[in-house]
Amino acid sequence: MSHLTDLPTWAAIPVCILLLTGSAVTLIGSMGLIRLKTFYGRLHAPTLGASAGTILICLASMITFAVLQNRWIFHEILIIVFVILTTPVTLMLLGQSALYRDRIEGRNDVPRKSTGEQPDTDI
Amino acid sequence: MRYWFPYPLLSLSLLMLWLLINQSVSPGHIALGTMLGVVFAWIMVNLQPDKTRLKNFGRIAVLAGHVAVDVLRSNIAVMTVILRAGRRPANSGFVAIDISLRDENALALLACILTATPGTAWLEFDRQTGVLLIHVLDLENGAVWSDLIKRRYETPLKEIFE
Repeated sequence: MSHLTDLPTWAAIPVCILLLTGSAVTLIGSMGLIRLKTFYGRLHAPTLGASAGTILICLASMITFAVLQNRWIFHEILIIVFVILTTPVTLMLLGQSALYRDRIEGRNDVPRKSTGEQPDTDI
Repeated sequence: MRYWFPYPLLSLSLLMLWLLINQSVSPGHIALGTMLGVVFAWIMVNLQPDKTRLKNFGRIAVLAGHVAVDVLRSNIAVMTVILRAGRRPANSGFVAIDISLRDENALALLACILTATPGTAWLEFDRQTGVLLIHVLDLENGAVWSDLIKRRYETPLKEIFE
C-alpha cells in the first residue's frame, strides 16, 4: 500500500471523491435492505451498488492505476460491463420466484397472471 | 468468408475483450484472441441465436446518453426514498406495460437497462400477450411510467433492432 503515497494530489482528490461517493451509494443501497418493508421494495436496494457504486469505484481504480503506472487502463470497464450484464439474471430469478410464491398463496396485492389490464397499483 | 466468420462482430468483440483482459497488444495475444473469437463464433452457430442486424447507429448513441442520465437520476431518487423510508413509507407498486418488441436481443437489452436503473425491476414478460410486468419503487402514477418506458426505451430499441 505504501506506493499509494506516490499518488499526486491532483489525482488523489478526484479519486477520493469518486471512492467515497461510490461507497456511500453502495452503503445506502445496503441500508435499503433493512429499511424497505416489502420484498419487492428490497429488490431495488442492491441495484444501487450494482450500478452507480460499481461505476464510481471502478472509475476511481482506473484513475489511480493509470496515474501510478503512467498508462491508460481500461480493464475496469469490463467489470462494469459484466456486472451490468449479469445482475438482471439474479434479479429476475428472485422477482419471479417471489411472484410465483405470492400467486400460489393467493395474495391479493400481486397482479394476476398477465391479462393485459392495469393491475392494482397500491400495496 | 461467411464460413470462417459467421458472426464477425462477435469475433471482433471477443478479440477486444481478450486484449483488454490481458492488457497487451503483442502479436501472440492478438493471434490467440483471434483464434478464440473464431472458435466461439462457431459454437454460437450451433446455439442458433436470432440473427439481428443493428441499424441506426446514431440512435444507439442517443439511447446510451438517455440511459446514462436516467441511471444517475434514478440512483439519486432511490437514495432519497431509502433515506426517508423511516418517515414516509415508499409508495411502490406494479406496472404492466404492453410491449411490442419481440426481438430477443432487444428484450435482453431492455432488461439490462431496466435493471441498471435502480427503482425499476423487471419481473415477468409474457411472450404470448407481450405484457411486461415491472415493479416500481417510487410510484406516483402507473400510466406515467408505462408511457415513459415505451417512449424513452422501447421506441429507440425498435428502431435499432427491427
